[in-house]
Amino acid sequence: MHIDETTRRAYNIEPNMCWECYSCVKACPQNAIDARGYADFAPLGHSVRVLREEEKGTISWKIKFRDGREKNFVSPIRTTKWGSIQSPAELPVPSAEDIHSQELAHEPEVLNVPGGLPALRADQLKQGVV
Amino acid sequence: MGLFSNRKTVFVDSDILVVGGGMAGCGATYESRYWGRDLKVVCVEKANIERSGAVAQGLYAINCYMGMQWDENQPEDHVRYARNDLMGLVREDLGYDIARHVDSSVHKFEEWGLPIMKDPETGRYLREGKWQIMIHGESYKPIVAEAARKAASEVYNRIMVTHLLMDEAKPNRVAGAVGFNVRTGDFYVFRAKAVIVCAGGASHIYKPRAVGEGMGRTWYAPWSSASAYALPILVGAKMTQMENRITLTRFKDGYGPVGAYFLHLKTYTENAYGEEYESKWYDHTKELVGDYIDRHPVPTCLRNHAFLEETKAGRGPIRMVTKEAFQDPHKEQVGWENFLGMTIGQAIVWASQNIDPKHVNPELTTSEPYVMGSHATCSGAWASGPSDYAPSDYQWGYNRMMTVDGLFGAGDTIGGTAHKFSSGSYTEGRIAAKAAVNYVNDMKNDKFQVSEKQYQDLKKTIFQPLENYQVGRNEIVAGTVSPSYLLPLSGLQRLEKIMDEYCGGISANYITNEPMLTRGLELLDMLKEDLDHLAAEDLHQLQRAWELQHRVLASESVTHHTMFRTETRWPGYYYRADHPKLDDTDWHCFTLSHYDQESGEWTMEKAPVYHIVD
Repeated sequence: MHIDETTRRAYNIEPNMCWECYSCVKACPQNAIDARGYADFAPLGHSVRVLREEEKGTISWKIKFRDGREKNFVSPIRTTKWGSIQSPAELPVPSAEDIHSQELAHEPEVLNVPGGLPALRADQLKQGVV
Repeated sequence: MGLFSNRKTVFVDSDILVVGGGMAGCGATYESRYWGRDLKVVCVEKANIERSGAVAQGLYAINCYMGMQWDENQPEDHVRYARNDLMGLVREDLGYDIARHVDSSVHKFEEWGLPIMKDPETGRYLREGKWQIMIHGESYKPIVAEAARKAASEVYNRIMVTHLLMDEAKPNRVAGAVGFNVRTGDFYVFRAKAVIVCAGGASHIYKPRAVGEGMGRTWYAPWSSASAYALPILVGAKMTQMENRITLTRFKDGYGPVGAYFLHLKTYTENAYGEEYESKWYDHTKELVGDYIDRHPVPTCLRNHAFLEETKAGRGPIRMVTKEAFQDPHKEQVGWENFLGMTIGQAIVWASQNIDPKHVNPELTTSEPYVMGSHATCSGAWASGPSDYAPSDYQWGYNRMMTVDGLFGAGDTIGGTAHKFSSGSYTEGRIAAKAAVNYVNDMKNDKFQVSEKQYQDLKKTIFQPLENYQVGRNEIVAGTVSPSYLLPLSGLQRLEKIMDEYCGGISANYITNEPMLTRGLELLDMLKEDLDHLAAEDLHQLQRAWELQHRVLASESVTHHTMFRTETRWPGYYYRADHPKLDDTDWHCFTLSHYDQESGEWTMEKAPVYHIVD
């Protein structure tokens, strides 16, 4: 998306490389961006609009068919406060021994399995057709 | 340099440089910080990590979750599943490694705030299928990016990395990367002790089905420009299974996913006359691939094969029977939200064409081919395996290190590890990062050495298309056609046409043979020569120019690999018409390639496949 210097409006500088991911539509603080389907295969007269509300933790969709039928959907987007994730830098420093183990951060506890991190034995891997 | 001699150069030195901030890059950044508390960890991204990569628009399912805590699956079960789906050929050591760690990644996502649906009866994650769990994942990427941003020393958004830097004190050792800011045009030199390539796979190397305004509506993101492969290939890293491109069966035009429809909504396919068709092609397929057709679940490529044969027989379109399932309001809601959560374009297609799946059974199609390492296929770099069990053929250094010292990878970049998807790519980033921290620690005070000449030469190369445009533009009075330059879009469309016609794209019905591939390589050679004349009107086009460079190099690799493997291993993905059958005697192996940047020569070899046998 670029801003047109004269009209001060945003526009898509290369619509044929747009994925219709709606990232720009969702991010616009003025909800000013709309999209329509590609002319290659999408007849006119439809619309798919979205309102993403971070504070409420929801995303709402309104789908309008070419013939006027409508469908509405609302989904949650996050269960925790934005910005609440703890940086790994704030966690206890792992031991010098742990850094040479196969376990990754938060393992084995976060796996929540009794035997700890599983492993293969080297002799379980063999050549041949199975 | 003349015209651009005043361009600003920015130097960023770090211990670990993560190239690409998608799922794999965010995992790599987080884990680098966890294990390397005193290290400088830098993540560089072409877009903005808030929404970059293939998970930009969200996901409605996490396709790789074992559920070990409820004994739903064990890692070796996933290895057998991926092996079966890829017709026997996956790096089982790497696949097992991802599978044993992936649950811990998913548990953290939930803790961080990702809404994961629950089974109301068991309280467990709601299963879509044996490996998939259902999520409300519109903000999956922003959540994961928040963790990565907090972990990184610095995140550089809007910088396209074009080349890796090599150490001049020690042969075959990486020393960083260079690129440019797509908004300001500043030149960036990132010097680093270790580099983790987490860039995107390859869309738009084959001509897409929509070629006008809708050419961006590819299945995989149009910004996945094969940097995952081109960056390592250029510095001599070996690639594997680059012939193993993927063709997707998807809803027509929007490429909306079918996983939830098949697995959760229990919809099914039929031909234009309401008939089940897959079983009709059983004997025919068995002749091609033997007992691989009897395996469960039936490998994805073989189901594609039945689709293609039925369509060729004139009984298309193939449709998904949705009318029954969509009478249930809950299933109807899941069906729509599934698209809104990850492929909005499909909802747009249906709204525009008045397709309500409650009343109409929607058409399916098969996509143009894609080359990538994270979905139901496994193209990518040849990487060292985990030290606790990988066979010696697969182990020459640190986990996920390529055949270049200090160069690591994850996600689409690493070959042989199919079915990792979003969670597995993130997990592979974590695995690579822990190994990279060990690599950096073991380097101790050994510093990288990069001469001014190395990055100044690259600077000249990178910005050359801007100069080509200025010069070539003077030869014409109006319009876009200059006799001396090639615009990035024209070059892209030539590439797509070559790959489509000669290397098994849609208009060739995915069929190729040695003479076709030979001719394709001749045309690719000429395209490569013409890339010296690429012209960029502005910085946006300069980005397109470098994306094209990456795509062309990856395509050359794909074509050489396709030529080397003289069998048809994955009918339904592509066909070698001169070798129409699967051949386990000669080809139950990986294909490896090496590119020599000086000579432009490719060398091919085979590598053994090791299976978990008990």
